Amino acid sequence: MSGAVRAAPRRPAGLRRRKHRRLAAVGLVLAGLGLAVGLFLSAIEENLVFFRSPSDVLAAPPPPERAFRLGGLVEAGSVERGGAAMAGARPEIRFRVTDGANTIQVVFSGVLPDLFREGQGVVTLGRLGPDGVFRATEVLARHDETYMPPEVAEALRRAGHWDPAQGAPPPPAGWNTLNPRGGGG
Amino acid sequence: METQNTALAPDAATPRASWHRFANPGRFLRLTEGAMPWLWGAALLVLGAGAVWGLWLSPPDWQQGETVRIMYVHVPMAWLAMGGYLGLGVVSIVALVWKHPLADLTARELSPVGAAVTALCLATGSIWGKPMWGTWWVWDARLTSVLVLFFLWLGHAALVRAFDDPERGARAGAILALVGLVNLPIVKFSVDWWNTLHQPASVTRLDAPGMHVDILLPLLVCAAGFALLFAALVLSRVRAAVMERRIRALELARARRAEAAA
Repeated sequence: MSGAVRAAPRRPAGLRRRKHRRLAAVGLVLAGLGLAVGLFLSAIEENLVFFRSPSDVLAAPPPPERAFRLGGLVEAGSVERGGAAMAGARPEIRFRVTDGANTIQVVFSGVLPDLFREGQGVVTLGRLGPDGVFRATEVLARHDETYMPPEVAEALRRAGHWDPAQGAPPPPAGWNTLNPRGGGG
Repeated sequence: METQNTALAPDAATPRASWHRFANPGRFLRLTEGAMPWLWGAALLVLGAGAVWGLWLSPPDWQQGETVRIMYVHVPMAWLAMGGYLGLGVVSIVALVWKHPLADLTARELSPVGAAVTALCLATGSIWGKPMWGTWWVWDARLTSVLVLFFLWLGHAALVRAFDDPERGARAGAILALVGLVNLPIVKFSVDWWNTLHQPASVTRLDAPGMHVDILLPLLVCAAGFALLFAALVLSRVRAAVMERRIRALELARARRAEAAA
């Protein structure tokens, strides 16, 4: 059976040339399209970022009436949970958002996501007041790309390798095969 | 593409012939017939093992708790949505350049399954996002580009079925699939190129996976199980489509004979 296929007559040269031409056309279309989309995306990059870091905001402060998203880590030791301004109102919470280089004070009253804590990534939506305080109407938690069992996190903390309030854990090569019950760590 | 092309060069008669053998629908049916029960069996076995490992035996995450188990469905669906689309792109190029009828049929039967896994990826992501991020949906670059991927799958499935002449439908669908390939690197690298709410990749990092092995291994088993299930579903659909075409051809021939006899 396979012998019969192998002995099949060769295709005429015109057909072969047409195939090569179609392959070249497909390659050209893909390359052209990729280039066009790449240029387009880099031209509208400003609109593609979901949030701005404190450094971005301080370098080019948006007008006070414009709402935007501010993102970064909740600075260690900066969270103050205040009382309600008046009876029935939601308690106000104050914290600072940092990117390591700059920080911005944030004020928010509303429901915080469960993952909110010091050292956690957050994205807040709101306006920057003339006093430099960011008044947020929404706070979302931004999870980092690491996953570990509670015992491993505990072992890293006990060994002094990681303080979650300071931000993301150390490079995963140091802990992603750690066995906390095996006496390691 | 280059190496494939040289391997298929008409001067190299043997590799060309052996490669083309699999494009013969009759041979495809015979080859896959014996493999299908094994493929379904392997898919269910691996998926069952992955489900038990992922949902019961694996540890919770230190801060997400049990919610992290959504990942054992969400991440395999995301990988299949993208990997499946890459497959759609490849069969579309084969269909456009070499005009293999089996490539057209595969593309046609791939897109409904691809749309389903992408929908599951979006749905599980949303269910995961609400308790962890605090929102069902945001218009960040990752989520938006995956939504575009979902519409590309749906659009392809609809377009190939929108023509009376199936060959014209297949051609239009192949061109759409090719154009949509541009979206794949955008989905993959959106989390690196722009600020997003979605976190960057955990498994395919340059240094080491950002996951503890006790979470990574069940994830890989679940991904293998879902990939086998995806392959079994698509192959079953292509086999059914080949048989459907044969039945249609036979009925047409019979109708013609009856007409001639009358």
